[in-house]
Amino acid sequence: MKVLVPIKRVVDYNVKVRVKADNSGVELANVKMAMNPFCEIAVEEAVRLKEKGVVTEIVAVTIGSKAAQEQLRTAMALGADRSILIETEEDAQPLAIAKALKAIVEKEQPQLVILGKQAIDGDNSQTGQMLAALTGMGQGTFASEVVVDGDKVKVTREVDGGFQTVELKLPAVITTDLRLNEPRYASLPNIMKAKKKPLDTVSAADLGVDFAPRTKTLKVEAPAARSAGIKVASVEELVSKLKNEAKVI
Amino acid sequence: MSTTLDYFNDTHQMLRDSVRRFVERDILPHIDDWEEAGSFPRELYKKAAEAGISGIGYPEQYGGSGEDVFMKIVASEELMRSTSGGLVASLGSVDIGLPPVVKWGSEELKARVVPQVLSGDKIACLAITEPGGGSDVANLRTRAVKDGDHYIVNGSKTFITSGVRADYYTVAVRTGEPGFGGVSLLLIEKGMPGFTVGRTLKKTGWWASDTAELFFEDCRVPATNLIGPENGGFFCIMTNFQAERLMLCVMANMTSQIALEECLRYVKEREAFGRRLAQFQVTRHKLAEMATQLEASREFTYRVAAKMAAGQNCIKEVSMAKNFATTVSDRVTYDAVQIFGGSGFMRGTVVERLYRDNRILAIGGGTYEIMNEVIAKQMGL
Repeated sequence: MKVLVPIKRVVDYNVKVRVKADNSGVELANVKMAMNPFCEIAVEEAVRLKEKGVVTEIVAVTIGSKAAQEQLRTAMALGADRSILIETEEDAQPLAIAKALKAIVEKEQPQLVILGKQAIDGDNSQTGQMLAALTGMGQGTFASEVVVDGDKVKVTREVDGGFQTVELKLPAVITTDLRLNEPRYASLPNIMKAKKKPLDTVSAADLGVDFAPRTKTLKVEAPAARSAGIKVASVEELVSKLKNEAKVI
Repeated sequence: MSTTLDYFNDTHQMLRDSVRRFVERDILPHIDDWEEAGSFPRELYKKAAEAGISGIGYPEQYGGSGEDVFMKIVASEELMRSTSGGLVASLGSVDIGLPPVVKWGSEELKARVVPQVLSGDKIACLAITEPGGGSDVANLRTRAVKDGDHYIVNGSKTFITSGVRADYYTVAVRTGEPGFGGVSLLLIEKGMPGFTVGRTLKKTGWWASDTAELFFEDCRVPATNLIGPENGGFFCIMTNFQAERLMLCVMANMTSQIALEECLRYVKEREAFGRRLAQFQVTRHKLAEMATQLEASREFTYRVAAKMAAGQNCIKEVSMAKNFATTVSDRVTYDAVQIFGGSGFMRGTVVERLYRDNRILAIGGGTYEIMNEVIAKQMGL
């Protein structure tokens, strides 16, 4: 069985991001970039399925500039067998990404597409769902457990107040939640091996996808600085302040 | 980091990212507790092995990932970001205890010992220093007398990093005449009759590391555990020191680097007399000097590493680099605490730990004074 794992290059989660002076977005110049953490979980899940003998080939794919090759190399160091860069300089939005991925799905015919539930930059949580809708595949989102059984896959989903288990017919789209697994580290021998694995590049234009943005960012602002708190002497005072000053109860 | 591009390629960079992740996820959340507890879980050796860190610098046939000096440097630099010299020294005890086995041990010994250590199941360490003296290796007193197919070992060792928890001890013993020509290396194993480990020693720094005294009383060690030729141990010890000293250079430079980074962050936040510390010329110039010294030291270390990687004899240069790096880290950690003021004296501040952990770097692996003796000798004095 073949698995497609779409991944995204984002600002490293340890970087304290700064808003650009003109409020047009977040400063990306000279900022450390990394694979989106949820995507790492997606790669890890695919690798575990391969180790269990369920999966035979893992293909990582990403959309972005040449620089995104770094994250594909990382995916291959973690265990993906080959990868595809859909090259574009445009800032692709979820719908365009889903359409581009659909083109790759049609070409590669994977039985499973495993991807992060969201990227930590845009926090959109849309690509997986849109891809499922566009391709007609079933979707199991926010997965905390994935069990493949023949031509079906059981996905346990984290929902408000508990877990929901859905059964999907393959091929299917799965988006990964935080607790699905704990990703491994890329070891030196695997980093070396990854250098020899194939990395193909296709131009986004060649896929015939309309990359024109559907939404426009008006303004990006840093969260307001938190003002200092106060100490209250008693529960009565706290309730009174919540009622009369904060007016939240 | 742009200044180091000559020595590191994109594979080094990927490894750096990977080890940094390991430190961020598996070490940093716990390091303050481990420091206070004076130890870290033994399973970290296993985790480091699984993350592919332990095998760096060792031959592939024994479970390593090949010998590349700069890969080792990358891994050590990133492990130092744990901010705990003790943790790095404990994990690193393997890198001073195991290489003699890899280089000079018998095939049987290598096949039995090395894979188990590189997989994180067993811990290796090096035992040279004795209660009677550390620097004077040629005159060590622990005796090993041949008795059939065994050695009978009597004596003691002290200040042994990982001494409490180790399974394999690469021990310098006297097998022959007085002086350097009578020294050998023996692999002594935990549980061998007559071998006991003393108390865990309490130290100024390196708290997360277990340091111990070792006692040998008629300890019977199979002769097959001899590492290298009998009475040829002095050469092995001195060769092994080169790699250890290079790693101590890296530790000293990273100590300076982290201290500097901590200061740069702090001076932008902390205010005094209505201004940020970063706006005082006295602070700015202090930081500029710290950065300059560190830059020179790091470049020197990398240069020596490059020469060592090319197979050149660098006994003099690595000794110089160690003394230079530790002089810089002495200065930088002192200044860092000064910049932090009272909080720099408080436990829980990174610079406070760096200041304590730094002190050993000009002592261990050859003291500052011994380094100067080595350098002087190499200059024909």
